Formats: sequence, structure tokens, C-alpha cells
Amino acid sequence: MCGISGIVKLHGGSPDPQTLRDMIGTLAHRGPDGSGVYCRGPVGLAHARLSIIDLEGGRQPMSTADRKLWISFNGEIFNYIELRQELIQKGHTFTTRSDTEVILHLYQEEGEECVQRLNGQWAFAIWDVDQQKLFVSRDRLGVRPVFYTQTSDSFLFASEIKALFAHPEVERALDLKGLDQIFTFWFTLAPRTVFKGVCQLPPAHSLVLQNGQIRVRRYWNLEYDPIEPPFAASEKKLSEDLLNLLLDATRIRLRSDVPVGAYLSGGLDSTVITALAHMLVGSRLRTFSVSFEDREFDEGVYQREASSFLNTQHSDVSCSYRDIAEIFPEVIRHTEQPILRTAPAPFFLLSKLVRENGFKVVLTGEGADEMFGGYDIFKEAKIRQFWGRNTASRWRPLLLKRLYPYMDGIQKQSHAYLKSFFHVSEQDLASPFFSHLPRWELTAKLKMLLSRATRAELRERDALHELENELPASYQSLGAFSRAEYLEAMYLLPGYILSSQGDRMAMANSVEGRYPFLDFRVVEFAAKLPPSMKMKVLDQKHLLKQAASGMIPSSILRRHKQPYRAPDGKSFFHSPNAYVDDLLSPDRIRVDGIFDAAAVNALVAKFKSGRTTSAKDNMALVGVLSTQLLIEQFVDYQSKGSSQCHLPQICAASS
Amino acid sequence: MSLAADLRSFVINNFLLGREEALNDDDSFLEQGIIDSTGILELVAHLEETYGIEITESELVPDNLDSINRIVAYLDRKLGHGDGTTVAAANAVCPA
Repeated sequence: MCGISGIVKLHGGSPDPQTLRDMIGTLAHRGPDGSGVYCRGPVGLAHARLSIIDLEGGRQPMSTADRKLWISFNGEIFNYIELRQELIQKGHTFTTRSDTEVILHLYQEEGEECVQRLNGQWAFAIWDVDQQKLFVSRDRLGVRPVFYTQTSDSFLFASEIKALFAHPEVERALDLKGLDQIFTFWFTLAPRTVFKGVCQLPPAHSLVLQNGQIRVRRYWNLEYDPIEPPFAASEKKLSEDLLNLLLDATRIRLRSDVPVGAYLSGGLDSTVITALAHMLVGSRLRTFSVSFEDREFDEGVYQREASSFLNTQHSDVSCSYRDIAEIFPEVIRHTEQPILRTAPAPFFLLSKLVRENGFKVVLTGEGADEMFGGYDIFKEAKIRQFWGRNTASRWRPLLLKRLYPYMDGIQKQSHAYLKSFFHVSEQDLASPFFSHLPRWELTAKLKMLLSRATRAELRERDALHELENELPASYQSLGAFSRAEYLEAMYLLPGYILSSQGDRMAMANSVEGRYPFLDFRVVEFAAKLPPSMKMKVLDQKHLLKQAASGMIPSSILRRHKQPYRAPDGKSFFHSPNAYVDDLLSPDRIRVDGIFDAAAVNALVAKFKSGRTTSAKDNMALVGVLSTQLLIEQFVDYQSKGSSQCHLPQICAASS
Repeated sequence: MSLAADLRSFVINNFLLGREEALNDDDSFLEQGIIDSTGILELVAHLEETYGIEITESELVPDNLDSINRIVAYLDRKLGHGDGTTVAAANAVCPA
């Protein structure tokens, strides 16, 4: 796992090697084991390395023996051993044991289509000397990031935006349209980011730069079956197939020249992955988890039970309100976008724990909720749809109360209010975003905190319409369940879960996450399953539970799903935090100009008073604070300098 | 402070974060997205504490609580007054 960056001059000349070094220098956390720069003709490639496979031979940028192809690669190709064998049979000669060299030879053999053959998680750039062509690719699900931008005479790309900002000509300004999307969906619609002129290559896309022209192309899509298909296979057969696929997905993700550990959250997904790894490895596994001081969020009991059942050597880090507030600026330096929940912060502590224990690779359970019907939002949509068929029913909405036993705001609602909050009118049922309307409409309410000027600039924007415009035609023919899955898997997963909460929090501490549930074979298998195999009546992840039966503790198999949550707004007022007071002060809010000073002041007063705060209040507080931190650390950094910064340890490293 | 003024002040400070211009006395809290599911509970707690009443589950409906004017009318009925404008917040009459 690594950091990559590069420059291609568009109108002659060569990139400045020092600028390249400055860019890759900002990504040292992604690759602390070494760095390299290749500069020749119009192109410069840079690489920061975290050594995992072929510790000696895998240095980058790497070239083919004839020096006609050069690559800077971040990620892992898990089927590289099989691909290498195949290429050797075709006459290719390898000088290293690395997966990096396999990509080069595969590109030599198959050109841009080579990505179809890869099973892994990647963002790489290949410079083709003969064709004077830059080929950039990102993995199917968006596990690894790559951003790009253009200056007057150069095309730039990098694993993180901060590397682009190390180039003196790149403008640092917020993109209000991106902000509008975050304050609706929690993510921006790729290629948009929250920074003006900075694009992200969408998952499953490749970019080609040649003769000054940029071409971006999708090479893979997740195809759901439009309706419940007449499935011939029995549930037993399907669960066996799933188990075999997961076993192989885990097997190839254990390929590494350094030891591999696993996250163990106490939930079904990570326990399944740990159980599979346990079966494959044979020796005692190292597992890691985060527990919460506040019992409302803690899953320690289940973590210990899973660890004991699978006989793992377990380490745990405790997370308090104070911890979240203290590390939050560092968290935002890595998310590089505003977030509306503090949930990434505990992941930062977790990867730190992993690293401190000498591990740099972990298996994790992400992806199962999206692919196998695990999220409450799927269940919620199913109940809402059921209720919508008979809105007069008194008992149908009671299912919603059962869905959220931990939410007081739902438990105490009357029928009339539930009906309104959960959108079950005819119009709602007809919406292409039926499943996500309650979440997105609630989130969009946060825009009331925007300043008059920001709102004026966004007056014509309609984020839902923007999303609707980019959906594939096939989306319309999907059933309600598959639509909800598509939105989660194609948008929230890469735009938030795998980025803000995934890659960024792990890489912040030089740790690589590996996701067996996101093996494309598993994902394609899941997309073809009938929805009833994912949620049987209201049993979430039904088939996965069948497959895992007997492998994991029955208490974990049967437990009510607890969504992963962390303490939000309260964290910042639990003890004094100078940076919070500063960044949310009316003066500061007015100077930065994005939010309304009086509204933010009223919000802060509400938290400080100790009065009840709603889900919306919490999202608003975290959203405003993270946006302010983003401005402080990225937009204002150059103009203000570190003397005015209240985040000394962070500012020192931010540019 | 009149009842309507007290309610306006509560809704504006708590749910609209001070944005006065965003609220008319007839505006539906639900349609305008002013109050979410936790917000209803905050509103109920405020009414119960300020006016010394208990709101039953059957009264917890938008007909009673979905705008400033509806709450005024509801409290009038609940408190046995004929004219909403004569009702004042308890804490305005007897400051604690």
C-alpha cells in the first residue's frame, strides 16, 4: 500500500523533480518505507512505499526491462501469482516477485483492457513511452483513491488531494457544489470533490491522457438483476457457493510478505472474515478492535466473545469523548472532505493500534452490509413500502419502532408523525430514491446553517436531480431493494465508507485494509442473488448467516444488528477544546463565510446548554466543524501561515 | 410574552437556529422540515414544562402541534381558555 503522484507537462518541457518530491512528501504516511521519483521528458512519476509484497524487489516507480513502460502503483493485485504464471507461459520474463511488475506485463500484453483481469484494490498510473500516453486506473469498488487536476501547463494526479496542493499552481478553494452534495448525501458525486478544480477518478474507471486530451471511461459496472429472478439453486447450494467464494477471496487476501491481522468489531461480518482467515492460516491470528467508554456505543462483549471463540490474540483500544475531540483535526486532514458523523475517528485510533503492534495489513468486514442486505436502511425501506401499501394500518408502522430500539425519537412517536418522518405517501413511493428520502431530506436540512451568500450561490442547485441525471438507464428497471443497494454500493461505499472511514483512516497510520467481501467475484455473485436471499422477510444478511452458521459464535450470528456509531457533537463539549471554540466562533465563521454566524452560535449554545440534541443537530455540528477544519488546514494554510493556527501538530504536517 | 411569541421564540432558537425570517405562524413544521423526530420530543417537553400540562399519546398529532397557530389553538383548548392571546407562558408570568 502506497502513495502515488505524478505530473505530465502538456505544452513541452519537463516536470520539476523538486515539485514531485514535495508532492510525494505529503503522502509519507501512505508509504513510510521508501520513496522514488522518475522524471523523463514530459512526465514525472513519484511513489511513497509501504512494503508488503517483495520487500526487496518491489521498489517504484518501476519499469519494464526495455524502459518503455513506467508505473507508480498503490494497492494490491491479489491474483498476481496466477497472472504471473500465465504471462510467463506467454514468454514474459520477470525480474521481481512483485504484483507491480505483473501489472506492467499485463498492460504490455492486453493494453488498457488489462484491468478486467485484475482482482484487487488499486490506483495506478502507467506512462507508455512509445505512445506518450498516461494510463490511470482505479479499482472496481473504489477501495483506493486517485485525484487529478490541471494547471496552465500540467496534468497532475495523486492518491490524496494534499499532494496536489503541494504544487504551487494549484488553487485551494472550496467547491460549494461539492459541499452542497456532502450536505445532502454525505458524499460528492465523482468526479466532483469539495475542492474547486480537483477531480476524483470514479471507481471502475480508467483515464487516458494523450496528445493533451483526457478521456475517462468506465470499464466495469455492477449489474443487478432487475426483478426477483426465478432462482433454480437451493438456499443450501447458494450458501455453499458463497462460503467457497468468500474462502477464496480471503485466501488470496492473505498473500503478503508481512503478517496479516484482522479487525474484529463484534459484528457478523468481521467475525466471518476472521473465522475464514483462522481456518486458512492455521496459526493464531492477531485481531484488533476499538471499544467505547460510553456503553451506548460499545460492543466489547461481542468482540471478546468472537476472539475467544476463534482463539485470536486480541488487542483493544478504548475510545472516549475526549479522544474523538482531540484527534478530530487530524482525522479531517486525512478525510479531505467534511463529514457529518465522527465515526471515522475511532477507525483512526484502531489503525494506530494496529501499527503500534507491528502490523501493517488487516482484513476487514466492510462491504457485506452493502452487498448482502445488512443495512437498516434496506429494512426500513422494506417496512415503509409495506406500510405504504396500506397507510391506514395501525400496526405496520410499529415495525419501524422495532427496527430502531435504541432511538428514543422513534419510539415515542405517534402514528401520524411516523408517517410523515418516514415518507410513505404515494409520491414518496414513486420516487427513484424512495429508500433514501428520509436520510437525505434530513441531511439536506443542515443547509439552513449556510450563510446567505453561500445559499445564494447554491440557489439553483438540486443535488437529488444531479444524482438522478447520472444514474444508468438500467436503474429504473430495478426493484426497490436493488435500487437501495445500488445507491449504497455505488455511492456511499466509495464516497464515504471506503474513503473517509476506510482508506484514509487506515493509511493515516500506514496500515492497509483488505476487504474479502469486496472481491469482485463475491460482489457479482451477491448482485445476482434474489433480494429474498439477502433479506428474508426482515432477516438481514440471511444467506450470509446461513453460510456462516457453525463457524462463528451463535450469539453473534443471532444478535440484533447494531449499526456502527460513535459519539458525535457531545464529544466536542465534554471538555474544553480551544480549536473548537476558535473555529466555531462568530468572528471566525464570518471570516470564512461558508456558514451563518448566528445560526452556528445558536447550535453551539444548544450543545453547551446540555439540552437534548437531535440527529440533525449532531450532523450539523460535526459538518460545520469538519468544514471549518478543512478550510483551516487546506484553504487558509498558505495565506494565514502557522502562527495563527491553533492546531500546531497538524499544521506542521499539512503542507 | 404572549403564547404565540413564546412558541415562536422556542421554535426559532431550537430548530431554526435563530433564523426568524424562516417561520410564519401558519407554516407546517413537517412540510417545511422544521422539526424532525427528536424535535417533536423537544417540543413536547417544552410545552409540558412551560405550561404545566401533560400531552397524551392521542394528542401527539400534527393537527395539534404542526404550526405555531395550531399549538396556540391546542393549548387554548387544553387549558380551557377561549382566546389564545390571553395565555402566557408560565415562566413569563412567574419567573423561576
